[in-house]
Amino acid sequence: MDTRLQIVAITGAVGLLLLVLELVRRRALMERYALLWLLSSLVIFALAAWKDALKVLAESLGIVAAPNALFFVAVAFILLLLLHFSAAMSRLTDQSKVLAQRQALLERRIRELERERVHDHELEPLLRSHLPSGR
Amino acid sequence: MTATPKGRRRFEPTMAAADSPTLSEIPTRDRSSCLAVVPAYNEEATVGDVVRALRAKAPQLDVVVIDDGSTDATAARAEEAGADVLRVPFNLGIGGAVQAGFKHADEHGYEFMVQVDGDGQHDPGEISKLFAAAAESGGADMICGTRFATETGYIAPISRRTGIHLFAFLLSRLLRQPVTDPTSGFRLYNRRAISVFARDYPHDYPEVEAVLMLHHHRLTMREVPVRMFQRGGGVSSITGSGKSFYYMVKVLLALFVGLGRRRAVPEPGESAAVAAEHGI
Repeated sequence: MDTRLQIVAITGAVGLLLLVLELVRRRALMERYALLWLLSSLVIFALAAWKDALKVLAESLGIVAAPNALFFVAVAFILLLLLHFSAAMSRLTDQSKVLAQRQALLERRIRELERERVHDHELEPLLRSHLPSGR
Repeated sequence: MTATPKGRRRFEPTMAAADSPTLSEIPTRDRSSCLAVVPAYNEEATVGDVVRALRAKAPQLDVVVIDDGSTDATAARAEEAGADVLRVPFNLGIGGAVQAGFKHADEHGYEFMVQVDGDGQHDPGEISKLFAAAAESGGADMICGTRFATETGYIAPISRRTGIHLFAFLLSRLLRQPVTDPTSGFRLYNRRAISVFARDYPHDYPEVEAVLMLHHHRLTMREVPVRMFQRGGGVSSITGSGKSFYYMVKVLLALFVGLGRRRAVPEPGESAAVAAEHGI
């Protein structure tokens, strides 16, 4: 693998690693989701830095040009991340549905309570005025 | 009454007698100054006994069970036993469930909050030790019941012990004070700790990170040896080697990154921890 490509790959992997850590530090990214990103950047870094491992991987996969193995691994991780996010999104969708339903039920109960209160308030003066006073 | 350190509101030593106070000696001037929070996820077998034990052995405490989206009769068992039940609409994980308890305590102005697991491994009879330690420490913001400071008869599974000791080692270095059992969820919090954690508490597997957060807020914690039971029933939230591994890595990452955070909770004027931005 060309040294220039190696430098670019290492810089990219390290940059990704630092970016992920900084996002976690700023609370823009939860640890739960950061772990897969960290794993990806570490594996890409390892393969970029350690040429022999990349060569072995390329040969075992039947890839002629070793750098392509690096891209293969990177793409595999991207697919894995996408799947991870689809799963996370499904869970979030389900949770927001449950929240919305609970919210609607609560709102109805509050309206009911309010109606009862208004009813009581309206009824009281009404009853008082209709009852003959001074008895 | 002992002197409180200047400049900071601390645990009120008047709440408990200085010499070996028991919980029953804590003035019941208003019955609702202490809250017991019991997070429970599918603990129908044990949660009723936990609530009954709390009411028998620590009758001064209000008891609220956080039903963390259980699919069994946890909420019903807790209500039968006489607890207030907070049902969250879906499973939030232990961090979210306990934080719901912090928010409840904060909103209702409780002076103290005790966290007791719903699986029966914490003995409500030992709560008085937490209060005694709080009084003795002269103003610690969090008191943790520990299984390891002395021989307590508790033997955690080996996989968990490794993790616990690793975290204990790291936190002891970071806090420059001995921490033996940072994963223990048997804890007493004062007003300051309650308001910090009501605003910000870690998501999953929160106990270890919470110790570091407290430290960053310049609040203090102390440990006190307590007796704990093996789990009475139900399933631990940390089972299987995959989950243990995730637990270790997640908490290590949280600790490592947490070191880089100057303040765990945004101060007034800073951007919020949870911000609703347009788009998503």
